[in-house]
Amino acid sequence: MDTLTRRNIMLENYQSPYHRGLVQNEDYLLFNTSNESCIDHLDIQYQVTDGIITDIRFDGEACAVSTSAASLMIKTFIGKNKEEALDILINYEKMLSGEAYDETMLKDLVVYEDIGKQPNRKRCAYLPFESLRKLLQKM
Amino acid sequence: MYREDFEILKTGVIYFDNSATTLKPKCVVDATVDYYTKYTANAHRGDYDNSLKVDMLYEGVRDKVRDFIHAKSSKEIIFTSGTTDSLNRVVFGFMKNHLKAGDEVLLTQAEHASNILPWLELEKEIGIAVKYIPLENHQVIMNHVLDSITDKTKVISLAHVTNVLGDERPIREIGELCKEKGIYFVVDGAQSVPHRPVDVENFGIDFLAFSAHKMLGPTGVGVLYGKEELLEELHPTAVGGGMNASFSSDGSFEYKSLPSRLEAGTPNIAGVIAFGEALDYLMKIGMENIYQYECSLKRYFLSQLASIDHVTVYNKDIGGSIVTFNIDDVFSQDTAVYLNHYHICVRAGNHCAKILKEDLQVKNTCRVSFYIYNTKEEIDELIRVLKKSKDIFRIVL
Repeated sequence: MDTLTRRNIMLENYQSPYHRGLVQNEDYLLFNTSNESCIDHLDIQYQVTDGIITDIRFDGEACAVSTSAASLMIKTFIGKNKEEALDILINYEKMLSGEAYDETMLKDLVVYEDIGKQPNRKRCAYLPFESLRKLLQKM
Repeated sequence: MYREDFEILKTGVIYFDNSATTLKPKCVVDATVDYYTKYTANAHRGDYDNSLKVDMLYEGVRDKVRDFIHAKSSKEIIFTSGTTDSLNRVVFGFMKNHLKAGDEVLLTQAEHASNILPWLELEKEIGIAVKYIPLENHQVIMNHVLDSITDKTKVISLAHVTNVLGDERPIREIGELCKEKGIYFVVDGAQSVPHRPVDVENFGIDFLAFSAHKMLGPTGVGVLYGKEELLEELHPTAVGGGMNASFSSDGSFEYKSLPSRLEAGTPNIAGVIAFGEALDYLMKIGMENIYQYECSLKRYFLSQLASIDHVTVYNKDIGGSIVTFNIDDVFSQDTAVYLNHYHICVRAGNHCAKILKEDLQVKNTCRVSFYIYNTKEEIDELIRVLKKSKDIFRIVL
């Protein structure tokens, strides 16, 4: 994927993020995720039904990378069970760490490959996924 | 002015994050290296030439600090690791033993974390009540100070100049009021002592805290000023070497007198000596000159910013050397990343004043803070880059 396409996918997901806005529903599990730079602040909600992630919502104030990553994460993980979600997450973590990974599994999430190489921005790209890690531990 | 003394400026970096820390002139760096390469020894020994030299230089800096803030005596100057350390010592070494449950401490929502969290800890520990003086247009005004004082008010603890908006508090008036009402007056000078003349006697300050690294000095050195009679009652929060007069196996011990009693352990000798060079450097320029120069930079920056529609400034009507702004509809961190692309260093975030957002209604901002080596040309470059920031995401993403 070329740089322009990557940037456009990030920008689109930053400016019109998917599933922004939390729902008032006690079935959802809420995770707050803030990185250590003390700026980004995201709330992420997960609905899990019969072992499958059936919905994800988010809200908060964060940079373009974190916000678009939340949007793309939500698009990618709705409908996945624990094993599938963990597979994708591990691949995403590998990509950000510069290790070999399965590109086909990540789909649009590959847009963060280069950002993973910048230490100060890697955290931003991973921020929403911290909550996913916590969720998978609970599932 | 003075740019040739700052090696790092030769890299082309434009440094506008002076509220966080300042650059170091060559004389400060040289003084550090000299101590480690030419006359390393511990302080307060004086048994041989180098040791005597260290002692004289170290104590000489104490005298310089005394003169710099117009304290009465060098005994009133305690070297710490920084403003945070100094404020913690005031709260846990002094206030903990002088306040009781129900006593009120007045702060504001614009204080730095290090002037809020120690008090909140003490509130939990001994039941004091932390109260906030309401701000007006984000600033402290005397009427609200007066209205906030009750019979239970025992302490007012404020930044002289805040680190988010750079507003100056009416310190002298508050100092007078505190004296009249028997209230302890604690001042966080981290953002003021480096930038303008400060006179602890004239301002009626009981305790003043500030950091060397925000005024051309090294990191890891700070100052706690306290009126002598108050420091006499400040319990050392660290005890051990260098501060004891005697101790024996029957459990009896005796501590040294001020200031040694409050400086346990081997101090940051290289740092303190280098700090002395920073003080000389600043005094040579003159603190009033520094203040006027920074104000002129801020005025210039604001006048140039006025021509950019898509930038919002939050502290236009406030003096000093800090400008807090956002590019409209852009998260502050993205702005900082964008400016970094052009080697311009600004700070994004809430600037360690996390509860200010409740007053400001804006969670995160970008902050430009000036110092003596900044120039109008650097501001012109920042303006140029801000003007063309419509393409920010081409750079940031």
